[in-house]
Amino acid sequence: MSWVTKTLSSTLGRKLVMALTGIFLILFLTGHVSGNLLLFKGDGGEAFNMYAKFMTTNPAVKLLSYLTYISVIGHVIYSIALTKLNKSARPVGYAESKASTNSAWSSRNMGILGTVILVFLAGHMYSFWFQMHWGGIPIVNYAGEEYKDLYSVVNVAFQQTWMVVLYVIAMVFLGFHLSHGFSSAFQTLGLNHKKYTPAIEAVGKFYCVVVPALFASMPLYIYFTS
Amino acid sequence: MKLTLKIWRQKNSAEKGGFVSYPIDGISKDMSFLEMMDVLNEELTEKGEDPVHFDHDCREGICGMCSLYINGKPHGPQQTTTCQLHMRSFSDGDTITIEPWRAKSFPVLKDLVVDRSAFDRIIQAGGYVSVNTGGVPDANEIPIPKKIADEAFDAATCIGCGACVAACKNASAMLFTSAKISQLAMLPQGQVERKERAEKMIAQMDAEGFGACTNTGACAAECPKGISLTNIARMNREFFSAVVSSDNL
Repeated sequence: MSWVTKTLSSTLGRKLVMALTGIFLILFLTGHVSGNLLLFKGDGGEAFNMYAKFMTTNPAVKLLSYLTYISVIGHVIYSIALTKLNKSARPVGYAESKASTNSAWSSRNMGILGTVILVFLAGHMYSFWFQMHWGGIPIVNYAGEEYKDLYSVVNVAFQQTWMVVLYVIAMVFLGFHLSHGFSSAFQTLGLNHKKYTPAIEAVGKFYCVVVPALFASMPLYIYFTS
Repeated sequence: MKLTLKIWRQKNSAEKGGFVSYPIDGISKDMSFLEMMDVLNEELTEKGEDPVHFDHDCREGICGMCSLYINGKPHGPQQTTTCQLHMRSFSDGDTITIEPWRAKSFPVLKDLVVDRSAFDRIIQAGGYVSVNTGGVPDANEIPIPKKIADEAFDAATCIGCGACVAACKNASAMLFTSAKISQLAMLPQGQVERKERAEKMIAQMDAEGFGACTNTGACAAECPKGISLTNIARMNREFFSAVVSSDNL
């Protein structure tokens, strides 16, 4: 084994992969939520559809999107490997355990939270990402140029109560996942210092509430306004 | 005090164990937890039964020998070692569940005694410094800022009891290993083996079968010596910088 594969198969190396892919996905979420704010513009989806076209055709975005797919897949595969290892480290459990007195619930249940998010992600990508790339999407015309009307797909999807409920619940799970994951990623990278750790934790707490809340507000807004 | 003790009994590492309940009476609130165990064992011995085996040595909270997972927490309800835990932390009529540390790397030898030699092997892998022969150097000859000396000393207060492993949902030994790496990495004497130490101790930690850290913080919350999570961050820095700069291919 070379030093690279040896490092990546060690516990610390695997944690490093989790942290780096996690931080990249946090960056992705920031971009995703900012772009989607165009849904609130109230222009019948013109700005949103132009943005959607840019996001699916721009070569730089294409590269970023591949990095995002790799990050999701890497994050999932490494988490499965780590969870298996961690489970095997304690073959006989305790009859009585007061884990709630020494750690946060979300920090102990990242696997469950992540699994729910992954299932949601599969459905979410089928509903919009897959439809945008390969589905039959109506075409609209802005200033003589043709655009796929993703806005109408989003609009139709979020007329359905169950979809809205599902999305809001999924964002609660995402919030709890981020409430531990955000600051945890920095700790894994070895970035723990009294100068900036309080700031990282504060930003993490803010982020895990605001970003999922913004995401959840989109289906709610569409559901209650149309 | 009148208590019911629900204790894990296991003949040896090969056999399957189980809980046995023992009623016990006449326990003083001023007794230490281990003295209470002594009372139980005297009663068992008088009855001709096998006494409950548990680890203990100094009974002063400094050797790291005592263990016990008491009522769902390592070293019981107080953040101290079991030998420094007193019966006043419990109430009359309580049922106390006593289990051994649970980890694949800490196999049960008998009853509540587990084999913690995995920790010794992690230390042997790199938790040492080169010592020159010759006269004893003057203490003031090696300049170490007070703050650094204090931080290294804080890490060195780890007594290797294994409560961190016991508390961790992943049975991870990262708090222990990070304390043992940190106490030397911060001092000038530790620089010679610095990179090798991080690589070898972590390789040994993995080889022993401990789990990986998920930063829940349970270890630091339960550590009787208050070893902080900053040590784990330091260990990560030591390891990552070692793997990209050491000579080990």
